[in-house]
Amino acid sequence: MNLTECAQNRILILDGAMGTMIQLHQLSEADFRSERFKDFHKSLKGNNDLLSVTQPDIIRNIHRAYLEAGADIIETNTFNANRISMIDYDMVDMVKEMNIASAHLALEAAAEYTALTPDKPRYVAGAIGPTNRTASISPKVSDPGFRNIDYDELALTYKEQATALIKTGVHALLVETIFDTLNAKAAFYGIMEAMDETGIRIPLMASGTITDKSGRTLSGQTTEAFMISLSHLPLFSIGLNCALGANEIIPYIEIMAEQSPFHISVYPNAGLPNAFGGYDETPEMMVGHLEPLITSGKINLIGGCCGTTPEHIKAIADFANNYQPRKIF
Amino acid sequence: MSIKLTLSGLEPLYIRDDSNFINIGERTNVTGSKKFLRLIQSEDYEAALQIARDQVDSGAQIIDINMDEGMLDGKRAMVHFLRLIASEPDISKVPIMIDSSKWEILEAGLKNIQGKAIVNSISLKEGEEVFLAQAKKILRYGAAAVVMAFDENGQADNLERRIQICRRSYDLLVKTLNFPKSDIIFDVNIFPLATGMDEHRRNALDFFEATQWIKENLPGALVSGGVSNASFSFRGNNSVREAIHSVYLYHGIKYGMDMGIVNPEMLEIYDNIPADLLELVEDVVLNRRDDATERLIEYAEHVKGEAKVRKKDDEWRSWPLNKRIEHALVKGITEFTDEDTAEALEKIKSPLAVIEGPLMDGMNVVGDLFGSGKMFLPQVVKSARVMKKAVSYLTPYLEEEKKKNNIGKSSAKILVATVKGDVHDIGKNIVSVVLSCNGFEVIDLGVMVPLEKILEVAEQEQVDMIGVSGLITPSLDEMVHIAREMNRRNLKLPLLIGGATTSKTHTAVKIAPEYPKCIHILDASRSVPVVSRLAGEEQVQFLEETRKEYEIMRESFLSRSVQKEYLSIEVARKNKLKINFNALKPFKPKQMGVFELSATVSELRNYIDWTPYFQAWELHGKFPAILNDVLVGEAASKLYTETLEMLDVIEKDGIADLKAVIGLYRANTVDDDTIEIYDSTGKCINHFITLRQQVQKAAHLPNLSLADYIAPKESGIEDYVGCFAVTAGERIADFSRSFKAKGDDYNAIIVKALADRLAESLAEYLHEKVRKDFWGYASEENLVNDDLINEAYKGIRPAPGYPACPDHLEKLIIWELLDIKNRIGVELTESMAMYPIASVSGYYFGSEAARYFGVGKIKLDQIEDFAVRKKIDTEVAMKWLSPNFTG
Repeated sequence: MNLTECAQNRILILDGAMGTMIQLHQLSEADFRSERFKDFHKSLKGNNDLLSVTQPDIIRNIHRAYLEAGADIIETNTFNANRISMIDYDMVDMVKEMNIASAHLALEAAAEYTALTPDKPRYVAGAIGPTNRTASISPKVSDPGFRNIDYDELALTYKEQATALIKTGVHALLVETIFDTLNAKAAFYGIMEAMDETGIRIPLMASGTITDKSGRTLSGQTTEAFMISLSHLPLFSIGLNCALGANEIIPYIEIMAEQSPFHISVYPNAGLPNAFGGYDETPEMMVGHLEPLITSGKINLIGGCCGTTPEHIKAIADFANNYQPRKIF
Repeated sequence: MSIKLTLSGLEPLYIRDDSNFINIGERTNVTGSKKFLRLIQSEDYEAALQIARDQVDSGAQIIDINMDEGMLDGKRAMVHFLRLIASEPDISKVPIMIDSSKWEILEAGLKNIQGKAIVNSISLKEGEEVFLAQAKKILRYGAAAVVMAFDENGQADNLERRIQICRRSYDLLVKTLNFPKSDIIFDVNIFPLATGMDEHRRNALDFFEATQWIKENLPGALVSGGVSNASFSFRGNNSVREAIHSVYLYHGIKYGMDMGIVNPEMLEIYDNIPADLLELVEDVVLNRRDDATERLIEYAEHVKGEAKVRKKDDEWRSWPLNKRIEHALVKGITEFTDEDTAEALEKIKSPLAVIEGPLMDGMNVVGDLFGSGKMFLPQVVKSARVMKKAVSYLTPYLEEEKKKNNIGKSSAKILVATVKGDVHDIGKNIVSVVLSCNGFEVIDLGVMVPLEKILEVAEQEQVDMIGVSGLITPSLDEMVHIAREMNRRNLKLPLLIGGATTSKTHTAVKIAPEYPKCIHILDASRSVPVVSRLAGEEQVQFLEETRKEYEIMRESFLSRSVQKEYLSIEVARKNKLKINFNALKPFKPKQMGVFELSATVSELRNYIDWTPYFQAWELHGKFPAILNDVLVGEAASKLYTETLEMLDVIEKDGIADLKAVIGLYRANTVDDDTIEIYDSTGKCINHFITLRQQVQKAAHLPNLSLADYIAPKESGIEDYVGCFAVTAGERIADFSRSFKAKGDDYNAIIVKALADRLAESLAEYLHEKVRKDFWGYASEENLVNDDLINEAYKGIRPAPGYPACPDHLEKLIIWELLDIKNRIGVELTESMAMYPIASVSGYYFGSEAARYFGVGKIKLDQIEDFAVRKKIDTEVAMKWLSPNFTG
């Protein structure tokens, strides 16, 4: 059964936060470096994507924890594994290797669990983050026409990442935490090129981020405008993640569920951040918030973003298991 | 109602079957507007943007942008203008039509629009291959496309050619590329009317009929056209032109035209066209009379084509000045900034007062709207630009005022930066604008700035304060790092904390303990008052006030019962700290048993931790820096001198009876939480009953108990524990009371506070002796007083009644073991307080792994278990442990 068939049969469960799980390990600079980069000239602490290379067991175990919790789709540890984000670490040359290593870790873990539960095959989505630059917003207040990144550079950057992920065998690509739709459009442009060149077609997923109660993306688009801007793509799913908790994100997901011809995904944070940037929502609270969305058949894929853990995913999976997915028209 | 076409800017545009005609603004087109061309050529982009904004304000639902002019670098102009529009939410809320005859410009445009745009246009002009290649690219970029009725042989100029070209284009797009039908918009060529040439008489009718044919034969496709072309012959006569536009549209819409490029300001309402003119125009458009053209030309010569007054919504210009300034800030309108700012300056006189008055008031409104979700970020950035423009207008006056006031340099230098790992800088930018507006010198390091760079530049530039900002949550940790590093480098600069993710609570609880001179700033509008106070003479006082405020917040925060999860005591015990006692072998004390000791004041002088002494006097600050503190330094110095004199008296007259008793024993832990104490023969002589943390800890963190630091009995490893009590004696308390009796409260308090310090320093002195001599595990240790205060040594000496062992009853065990009352005369009151008051007691744990911690809240199950172990009633246990109990 492929991903599209599965999505018509049941609500698919995405995994939860990777960063939150990594943080629990309280890794030191030395941990990030491991033996291989012990003399690297720049600080590597915080380069989570590198951990797929330097601490593969940690990443593998996080994948396993989510699979154990019931995730159908796990994301590769590649949110920042792109040329633009890696500039800060001076690790541009590691991009390809990070993506390949991350994809392998996730694919192996998924295969392990597919073997255990053959009636519930597990899939791997290559995670593609927004980079730390925006094509629509000037970083200089006095020079609104200025940009520190452009479409072509973004498209090339994403093509490189997508090629590595696709070739390693991921089952889908997930362009996520989209706060500037122009970045995402460039990402998909690069991805389409990568698919053309590799000759491999896999489902594409898009997930935007509504930053606050203005109901807009960081670059100013409403949910509907965001969907329309990506309507030219043959998407497997569209949805929202991050920035908001389940309770706040639902109205925007409902808009999507009403209008989109694609599967709808949602993976909110575990509530809004508290004063310390931590997340307080328990698995039960989160499921409570998500319940109306699940029971009313408005959702196809559901998981968690910042602050969520395998416990959250398990609670969501256990609940969603009893309900039908949204039918796409 | 089904949707014909969807487009988007920042907001969606749905064109439905029942939608009214869609107006596409045409004034941002260099081929159609001389004014726009001139503005682009002279790079007056601000005025060019105003034209775009005017169009949207007057009802354009899409704006057409065209930069095709021979003398212009069209691609560069297109890209730049589109990027500027992206920062103008009032404009970019609508979708954009990129208009060019050059593919290169169209493609560059597509790469700079986040919404779904319309490409205007592609055609078969250069053949099928080019046409399909361009259409394919458009599919990939994501846009709708205008397809011109144009082929290899030229533009379609009659109905048949229009139909033939449109059919061919449609089939190619739909069949070859699967191009979405609803993204195809045909432009079937609006040509000028009333040209006087016979072959042009059917121009409008051919257009209308082609439109109708498309609607009937090419399902899904839409029709558009450039309406202004129709009136080309009547340039200079706006009344006639407007009438032609209206009539053309009126009929075009009836034939099925969906949208058109029009100047909404050049459009008369159909019903308002004078009857005679209407008839003449319709004769031309619908080709109703042979002499229609002549008659219209004749009419046109009579009619003065008076330009209509702009009907733009500028009612706000009549509002009072402050309201106007506020409106311009909220709306991000820069057009009248200089004018209004000049008026404000005229009225208020002081340029600074203009900034702090009407301008900041306006910015506060912006802040409130933003906070309540009624404005979003790009709009706020625009507001900041209006602010900046107003300030740059005022700058020369500010300089002048400064000269007049003899202020040589700006009042303070502030470094601002968005912290490492964070790219969000809009708020920070606003802060830097607002601050520089207020005469502060701002050094803005931008985004993702590592702390090394922040501190390096701060030093090089000798800044007066540092402001750090962040929007994402990891930035909070980065700010804590910065604070820690500033403390480590012994910096004295105020650290300002700002950004959407920051909070006063976080600053008070997490940042202030690392670096006391930090202040949270809620938003840009609060930055000026805060920075002003910090730049002035009030700095010390202000920082001190803030520090106290944060301290109170911190305490109340830490004590408030946050929603926490608790483990059963059984589960908590399973998660105890598991020390490998084989690796971390307990050190056998050199001497075991009970020892009595004494000390002299002169021996203890260097062990005194003076900071708490000053705190007792409500003088806050670290010793010895407090002696030079601007605010309290003088008082502190005087007190210190007098205290030392008093200490001399106490020493000379031997008033302090500094006595101590210690005991060191063999010990092992049983049942996880109970420490058995053995005599030299290995017989159990007593127990220390410990308490364990029950709160759910983060992964891999243990639930601690003091018992974890002692090897379990079943390990077979011999371990050791100690306990002690010290006192400064009874006579020093009498000495204090003697001053009190004389009404000399000052010296009474000095002596009392000194007695406490002496007892504490004796405990410290003794602990060192234990570590180095009696127990001897740290015989090589060589620490100075600061290290002792900072607890840089190995092993701990927790005291019953304090966080690691909140049970006061444990003192009874220590008293029993050491026979304290008889040996050094310290008694325990009913409430387990020590008497004399200047006394200290506690345990010794020698393990390298031992750390101070707080047991925190515990549950009933542990209290019941504790009562059983302690052989007391649960109620009694509850009475003593109630501060730690949580239900």
